[in-house]
Amino acid sequence: MFFLKKSFLTKPGCFVFKSASKKRKRQLGVGDDDNGSDRFRIGQKLWETVQMNTEVIQDQLNKKVLDSLAEFIKKHGLGCSSDVWRQRASEIPTAALMLGVNVPDHAMTFRSLCNLLQDSVTPFVVSVHAKECAVIPVKLLIQKVLEQLMGSGVSVDEEKEDDTALLQRTPCTISALCQWYKTVTKKCIQVSPERKENLTNNDLPQSLPVVVIFKDFEAFNSQVLQDFILICSRYTQELPFVFIFGIATSPSAIQHRLPHSVSSLLCIEVFHSLSCTQHLASVFDKLILNAQFPFKLSSRVIQVLVGVFLYHDFNVQNFVKGLQFSMLEHFNSQPLSLLCCQKQEALLSAKTLSKQNVEQIRHLPSFMRYVETQEPQEQVRLLTNDEHVKEVCQTLLKNLHKYHKNYYPILQCLHSLTSSLPKFPLGKHIRELHVSCIEKNLWETEEYDSALQLLRILAKDELVAALRKCAETLKSANTKRMQNALQQLEDFIGRLETLEEDSSGNGVISAKMEYQKTDLFQLQKTLLEKESRRTKRMNSFEVLRSQVMDFIDSLVREYLTPAEFQPLNEVCYYSSSGVLRHHPFYYLKVTDHSFRLTRFYDECS
Amino acid sequence: MTVIQVFHYEQRMSVTLQCPGYPEDTLRSLADRLPCRETQLKSLLSLMGQPDQYSYPSFFIYGHRATGKSHVVLSVMKDLELPHASVDCVECVSSGLLFHQVLSAFFGPDAAALLPRCPSLSDFVRLYKQMSSNSPATQTRYIILDRAERMRDMDFSLLPALLRLQELVNDNVTVILLSEIVWEKFRPNTGCFEPLLFHFPDYSKVELVQILSWDHHPSYTPELYASYINILLGVFFSVCRDLRELRHLAALNFSKFCEPLEKGEAKESDIHKLWKNIEPHLQRAMQTVYLREVSSVQWEQQQMDEKEATTLRVLSAHAHIELPYYSKFLLIAAYLASFNPARTDRRFFLKSHGKIRKTNFLKKHEKTSNHLLGPKPFPLDRLMAIFYSVVDSRVAPTASIFSQISSLVTLQLLSQVGHDDQLDSPKYKCSVSLDFILAISRTVGFDVVKYLYDFL
Repeated sequence: MFFLKKSFLTKPGCFVFKSASKKRKRQLGVGDDDNGSDRFRIGQKLWETVQMNTEVIQDQLNKKVLDSLAEFIKKHGLGCSSDVWRQRASEIPTAALMLGVNVPDHAMTFRSLCNLLQDSVTPFVVSVHAKECAVIPVKLLIQKVLEQLMGSGVSVDEEKEDDTALLQRTPCTISALCQWYKTVTKKCIQVSPERKENLTNNDLPQSLPVVVIFKDFEAFNSQVLQDFILICSRYTQELPFVFIFGIATSPSAIQHRLPHSVSSLLCIEVFHSLSCTQHLASVFDKLILNAQFPFKLSSRVIQVLVGVFLYHDFNVQNFVKGLQFSMLEHFNSQPLSLLCCQKQEALLSAKTLSKQNVEQIRHLPSFMRYVETQEPQEQVRLLTNDEHVKEVCQTLLKNLHKYHKNYYPILQCLHSLTSSLPKFPLGKHIRELHVSCIEKNLWETEEYDSALQLLRILAKDELVAALRKCAETLKSANTKRMQNALQQLEDFIGRLETLEEDSSGNGVISAKMEYQKTDLFQLQKTLLEKESRRTKRMNSFEVLRSQVMDFIDSLVREYLTPAEFQPLNEVCYYSSSGVLRHHPFYYLKVTDHSFRLTRFYDECS
Repeated sequence: MTVIQVFHYEQRMSVTLQCPGYPEDTLRSLADRLPCRETQLKSLLSLMGQPDQYSYPSFFIYGHRATGKSHVVLSVMKDLELPHASVDCVECVSSGLLFHQVLSAFFGPDAAALLPRCPSLSDFVRLYKQMSSNSPATQTRYIILDRAERMRDMDFSLLPALLRLQELVNDNVTVILLSEIVWEKFRPNTGCFEPLLFHFPDYSKVELVQILSWDHHPSYTPELYASYINILLGVFFSVCRDLRELRHLAALNFSKFCEPLEKGEAKESDIHKLWKNIEPHLQRAMQTVYLREVSSVQWEQQQMDEKEATTLRVLSAHAHIELPYYSKFLLIAAYLASFNPARTDRRFFLKSHGKIRKTNFLKKHEKTSNHLLGPKPFPLDRLMAIFYSVVDSRVAPTASIFSQISSLVTLQLLSQVGHDDQLDSPKYKCSVSLDFILAISRTVGFDVVKYLYDFL
């Protein structure tokens, strides 16, 4: 309970919590366990890693589009003084930023955009949200813009009797903003306060643009937008506006929302941000397909999370939240999650396991399976001697870490080999391959067979290219076994490349066939025979190729075993997808709408 | 006074631009600066009368976009240095702002600051009276209200009061309303003082050539520029008569026109050659820049790059939208619900529907194409019923399905009919096109045409 409370009070991100803990406590006997705070510490550390990593990923992904946006704004800030600009002075430069429909993810993008612009281009950045200014008269929107730019000294609510507001009352108009802008920029040039120093000292005459970011363009009332654009276009000479429209659907939304008389006042350029599926893929790479990250998800949980992403919301943040939530659940419900951390730390805590923990280890299904495979004498020791269990536990943990270290490079190898095959028998994305690998023995599936068959007919140059990619991924892995595999692979590549173009006639079937009057069955038979005879005579390339494939196959069989078969996998793997699916956090509850639906069907028939 | 009376009034005037009370050379330069608007200028001046005389209380000037209404009025005001307050009604989100601007233009910002927090019309009149008694008008004061059609959305008493402001404040003040629409659309049903109506006709083609030739490039002869303008109008006149837009286009494309001259491939007299060079280019401009599919900066860059082959990515080219899987099906279901009559749902979505003929099954009004009539509203229940029969896998009716509906509404792909606060059974309409839904259903492998009643 202590753990529950602490973690949920410190994390403002998660709020709803079904308190089924009592039942769970009885099941697992956590009640008088004292490693809660350790688990909390480990969990919190991991949580922070997740948070940090997602932010880093987001920054990396957005960097390109944000930089080009900043470039665009800078360019227009400069262009303001040139002659060409004067001719169409009333055109407002506008960037249409295509973000995709996963609206909640945009908040982070806009935040970093704001920061970037404020740091490198102009201090005058305003971002407005449709909800804040959806009312028909454009007043609220102008007010928002003014408030954010000039601070809170704007008189907004005319009915409000406020002494402080009366003192420093500025009418809520763009012309007031104009006045303010003039004084501020003058001050900027003369005094150059430290905040804007780096901006102003290099080239003073450049006027700083005023950037207005419309976060969700579609949600804005089109009348409000039109009015705002009309008003702003009247002041472009004095106030260099730049608009950024955050568009979720497609750029044609602009034309749908604005009439020609208004859109002709804009000078629109389109910017594309990365698609959310690419975003998900990089999050996946960083947080799930990473041996350094000790917390793992079982195949079912991954399927639930990815399913929610693909079928419901396209929302990467939600995916990360789901991951974090399962982490919380794991550390909360599994007392042995104490061992779910980096190798050294885990080994240390394995030495100091409490009696209870040892008992819990004995009850782990994977450990029981392990015990069954041992000699009877060893079995007795494992079941009676706590110290022995602790020692065994250490070696098992080492093995588990080793397994992970070997698993991911081989997984990537297999993916790079199979991702270019026609029809993607093992899935287009590495996550699909991962799921099927940890779910069951991959080599027993039909898809794997068909993939290998396809691989066995690859041409030489394709094969070499694919193998080179594999070698690249193996290079980054630093275990001994992987280095071994790498050496063998490079050996194969070398042999493939030095292979002489020999025996061109060998593989070709002799074109001469004795045509006789036969029925269809006979013909088929002879053809099949010929075929089988041909396959027997392979040239040296084909021999080598099948060797390579056998080698790959052996790698897969050795390293891509399902995680379930690893003893102590419960320490790292979170597997209760049911909890995840039905938790209020995920809002996947079945609503009572189905009742009304049945009524509807009744009326229909 | 009606329009006809104005014309009579006009005819009585002398042909040369002479108005007593105004300096003659200023008038002459004014007339030079306002080409093709001489008659309007003349009648406006005569209506205004001499500066110290009382003028008519209110004028109403109307005409299409870019016919020089505000330009003529404002240049007259500025050049003759008349006291005036120019207000754009788009900016006046409240009448208080209008009063504020008028007072500060006439009596300085100090006077405007005296206005109470939420000024009423009578506050304005009182303050105006008070101020004008201190500094009575020596010349007629003008209040120019641009985009006056916005005044109709403001306080209903504002327009009638402004029309007879002269009487109310007892000062030599005239209100000039500028609008793109006719006076009949303004007249309040309670009746009001009728302003003087005054029409600015569209520019003819000849006049457009004359005006556009004004801003010729200094390094080329005016004749060349005039011929360029002629070519430009030959392409664009049929689609656009907006002077502002034409000027913009002329400025954008002139460098391309001059290219052969700079390369030395043609002389200024080779009009035909120049025409051949620019004509296809202008045609392309009509499809892209004019519709703002391509921004003018991009257009210019393309000209610089000088590569005909590079096709600019136009705005409408990216119509593709990526949606979550179930959102796609929700959208398809919404489309079906919007364009199929509710009675046909049985036929499409029940397994044993029996045979229902199209002709005798339907009521008369349902026989016309539903796609011609546009989308119809449908309740949420029907949407969900269709959704569950359309989507191939078993989907639990979870909250996230419902939240997708509302996110479709924010994306403007669906629109909610009726009040937002109707929680019980909200109604929606699908607002996407057939092409869009065809593209969406292709990505999920669903043949939407098979389920559309119109295409049976």
